[in-house]
Amino acid sequence: MSTHTSKVDNSVSYLEYQGKHKGLKAWIFSTDHKRIGLLYLVTMLFFFSIGVTFGFLMRLELLTPGKTIIDPQTYNSFFTLHGIIMIFLFIIPGLPAVFGNFFLPIMIGAKDVSFPRINLLSWWLFLLGGILAIVSVIMPGGAVDTGWTFYVPYSVRTGTNVWPALLAAFILGFSSILTGLNFVTTVHRLRAPGMSWFRLPLFIWSLYSTAWIQVLATPIIGITLLMVFFERVFGFGVFDPALGGDPVLYQHLFWIYSHPAVYIMILPAMGVISEIIPVFSRRTIFGYKFIAFSSIAIAFFGSLVWAHHMFTAGMSSPAMFIFSLLTFIVAIPSAIKVFNWVSTLYKGSIQTDPPLLYALAFIFLFAIGGFTGLIQGALSVNMHIHDTSFIVAHFHYVMFGGTGFGIFAALHYWFPKMFGRKYNLKTAKVGFWTLFVGFNVLYFPMFIMGWLGMPRRYYDYLPEFHIYHSISTYGSWILITGLIIMFTNLYIGYKRGAVTTEENPWGGETLEWQTMTPPPIENFDVIPEVTGDPYGYKQNDENETVKVKEAL
Amino acid sequence: MFSASNYVDKVDFAFIFITAISFALLILITILMIYFVFKYNRKKGVKPVNIHGNTTLEIIWTAIPVLLVIPMFYYGWVGFVEGNNPPKDSMTVKATAQMWKWTFEYPNGVKTDTMYVPQNRPVKVDLISIDVTHAFFVPAFRIKRDVVPNRNNMVWFTSENTGSFDIACAEYCGLNHSYMYSKVVVLKESEYADWLKIQTDKMNAAAITQ
Repeated sequence: MSTHTSKVDNSVSYLEYQGKHKGLKAWIFSTDHKRIGLLYLVTMLFFFSIGVTFGFLMRLELLTPGKTIIDPQTYNSFFTLHGIIMIFLFIIPGLPAVFGNFFLPIMIGAKDVSFPRINLLSWWLFLLGGILAIVSVIMPGGAVDTGWTFYVPYSVRTGTNVWPALLAAFILGFSSILTGLNFVTTVHRLRAPGMSWFRLPLFIWSLYSTAWIQVLATPIIGITLLMVFFERVFGFGVFDPALGGDPVLYQHLFWIYSHPAVYIMILPAMGVISEIIPVFSRRTIFGYKFIAFSSIAIAFFGSLVWAHHMFTAGMSSPAMFIFSLLTFIVAIPSAIKVFNWVSTLYKGSIQTDPPLLYALAFIFLFAIGGFTGLIQGALSVNMHIHDTSFIVAHFHYVMFGGTGFGIFAALHYWFPKMFGRKYNLKTAKVGFWTLFVGFNVLYFPMFIMGWLGMPRRYYDYLPEFHIYHSISTYGSWILITGLIIMFTNLYIGYKRGAVTTEENPWGGETLEWQTMTPPPIENFDVIPEVTGDPYGYKQNDENETVKVKEAL
Repeated sequence: MFSASNYVDKVDFAFIFITAISFALLILITILMIYFVFKYNRKKGVKPVNIHGNTTLEIIWTAIPVLLVIPMFYYGWVGFVEGNNPPKDSMTVKATAQMWKWTFEYPNGVKTDTMYVPQNRPVKVDLISIDVTHAFFVPAFRIKRDVVPNRNNMVWFTSENTGSFDIACAEYCGLNHSYMYSKVVVLKESEYADWLKIQTDKMNAAAITQ
């Protein structure tokens, strides 16, 4: 490697690098995208543990009919906070802010993102918003109890701490916009020589699509939440019918953001899966362009289906017709991705390491989430299952089984590169299977009882639902055991795992595997020149007598 | 076989139709994944092959899902539009939702907190909320509609079965949301007439004593 001309010491890893700050300050004031990624990781896991605790306590409450451990007001706050924390502080920032920040510049051959200081600012905003959300729980007035959707008029009338929660979501929105802005600019401006659009890794395509939604859709929720804030504090009549407003208008504005937000949550996870499957199959990805363009199609069509959250609100028939039809259409690009992933396994050389197990579980669980989405897209069926636990099961299969497992896959995949340590593969597999079994035992019964008429956000339930609720609660115990095994294993790996400087432990071909482990502060000694596609696996073509393109 | 309401057959058919297709596809995907993982396992030492894609396959697996979702959409739609057009001879009941109870008012002014309706007669329910948004949900009838303040939603049904069915609130409305249950009791036409007469007499008697 040739010597570099930069002022910084690029021979040590970003973990050992000494800038002008020391200790904690070297982290919380660092503008290095990798350190910011880790800041996000630590804060996000902290919030995740709180979200899990609320979820666990809710399930415990539902173990028996009537009061088990908490009263209804506490329960209502728990499901609200569980939703706010999991969505705004875990699922949305999970992949873009942690792994996007860490790997986007490396994977396109850049030294950093376009605006490193704005990047740091967005983490500070994230921290501020997160702390505000947590503080609102212990402030006088009582924890917010509106559901994460803040539906008006209830959110205008309840006496609980709605405004800090609204303000928190507002601030977190800005954090998300700034990250999106940074990623769009970085992908456009900072690609290494030769890194043409169709040589971008698919994770980058998914982050790029996501970033556009973040930039375009997040301001709408910001303004909407601000209007609710003004309505509560100053009595503006925008949404509350008592003040001459329209509650359904609120629902439209809320879902115009929050439905695309679902794709902010799932697209980067799809990107991770598109990285992992070729690497652990040791072959090129099947249908690169179809996977790349389906991300764009999802981002586009996903912006046009928001009102399928409101089929029972009383919309006009033409609106119902169009939103239902588009809801079915948006399933197609996701189906295309799934078929291409499965085809990538064909004639590969497959090693079932933990990242691949999580990726395959993603496909299975996300498929269930997607198919049950079709069931809800059908208008007549939606009239029956809307706002029942069927919906709760559906979005946990998509958000947790999809994005959550995507985040865990990413953690296990990039862990050695990020920390220069190895985790125990066997324990990771035990953790995976426990988590997978627990997940299904926890959420599948919700489909059944939802179909049977169990409404969601219920503190108590009729005796006929007892069996399903108790199975679901047992599932939560298995799932949490799985989470503990997984995180303990990774933590032990981080603290005491075998040190590794191996650049490419899994045999990947994207750029992050072509640099030091852990990466140096400027990512590369010399900016690499890209000459081929990100999943080339040229060695497969050598000595190969058959022309493989038409092998199918 | 009688249905609890005029929607049950259509909703259940659409549900089973979509679920059956989905289940078949899920099994296909899952079996292929598992089969490939074993067949092409690295332990077998077979050299991997680069296959960059296949446009014919891409077209097939785009077109087939499109063809499958169209009937799914259609069955959902037909089951739904029926709910927009209550028959002209429907009897109207006004349902008022508030935190956390239901009140049902009949055309002659009788008010109850359980809903009584005659069998085999279309019933149109006008949905009024006096505070926050609720939702009128009768699982056995496969109907649900939000009860939004200032927005006069309605829902209608015909029940072919007599019996008592749960009414739940399905839009989160605060503290006792999960206790906002009532019942709809479907009576034979003659029993319903008797019931209404008793209620009307009670109402009139109460009015006189005041």
